Amino acid sequence: MSEIIIQIDGREVAAEEGMTVLNAAQKAGISIPTLCYLETLEPYGACRLCTVEVEVRGRTNLVAACLYPVEKDLIVRTRTEKVDRIRKVILELLLAHAPEARGLKMQEYAEEYGADKNRYEKEPSFCIQCGLCVRYCAEVKKKNAICFVNKGPSREIQFIPEIASKECWNCTECFPLCPTEYLQGLFVLTKALAFPSAPMGPSVEE
Amino acid sequence: MNNEKIEQILNEHQGQPGALIKVLMEIQEENHWLPREVLVQVSEKLEVPLSRVLRIATIYKTFSLTPKGRYQVNICTGTACQVRGAQQVLEEVQKLTGIKPGETGPDMKFSLETVNCQGCCSLGPLVEIDGKTHGKTAPAEIADALKKYE
Repeated sequence: MSEIIIQIDGREVAAEEGMTVLNAAQKAGISIPTLCYLETLEPYGACRLCTVEVEVRGRTNLVAACLYPVEKDLIVRTRTEKVDRIRKVILELLLAHAPEARGLKMQEYAEEYGADKNRYEKEPSFCIQCGLCVRYCAEVKKKNAICFVNKGPSREIQFIPEIASKECWNCTECFPLCPTEYLQGLFVLTKALAFPSAPMGPSVEE
Repeated sequence: MNNEKIEQILNEHQGQPGALIKVLMEIQEENHWLPREVLVQVSEKLEVPLSRVLRIATIYKTFSLTPKGRYQVNICTGTACQVRGAQQVLEEVQKLTGIKPGETGPDMKFSLETVNCQGCCSLGPLVEIDGKTHGKTAPAEIADALKKYE
């Protein structure tokens, strides 16, 4: 593995080829906020909270740090005014879906970036679609008991009753992963088991 | 439901996860909708997790997870058809069939849906019944067109 030197917030940071900007920053002790990132899972880039500014050959661009691979002479800025503003809006939009999020991370970030949870019209679904539960079940547990269904505004997580009834009560490892609410997983699971033939979405009736 | 035909489609693509969408489309074409048991069968035969089958089946508008009638009636409500009186045609069809857009009649004959521009605005208002396009429809004529389908 060849070593690559990149610059993060003015500091020289050594990284290995194949690492992402987020990995490199974490190794150097520079914190970048994340909600949908978990070391054991493939990077997903759903929450976009890890947005940073990168400069390559004089051009700047906004990228998701959890997906962007390091390259030679890369300059990364994690706390510019623009990046902070973007993170603030992302948090405000996410908080509109989970205004009472008890997940510590989200509250901390909201305070740090001055995000106002009342800025956007609330739609408390308690799900910010980070996909942590879905990916954890598929990648780590290899059970595929929970999946995303529908698309656009009606996209939501759903347990598959056929699999969930056998596997989930003995596992429940996805519950604490949720950045908004531990009980979210429990609620969706109970709903799926209690109403196995429940509608797949608002527009579909069975 | 034509079980033999579905069986045949599944056997043709056994163990081919990549054929998922193709298989679902063929079953949709054959059966007009995708019952839950069939999705479980597809998942087992094609060796695809049921979670992915469900995600794909719910994301595309082509697939229906609810029973559909024998004939699909699509009424275009795109701008041009709207201006040419699609609303009146839609109301007439609703009156004749007794179903609203997105619904299927209890006799499983028609399923009604409103769709967006079909790309032939000069033929508006456009009604598509069982894949056949009826152009320049008038509310008074639509009853005759629907009568042909049994």
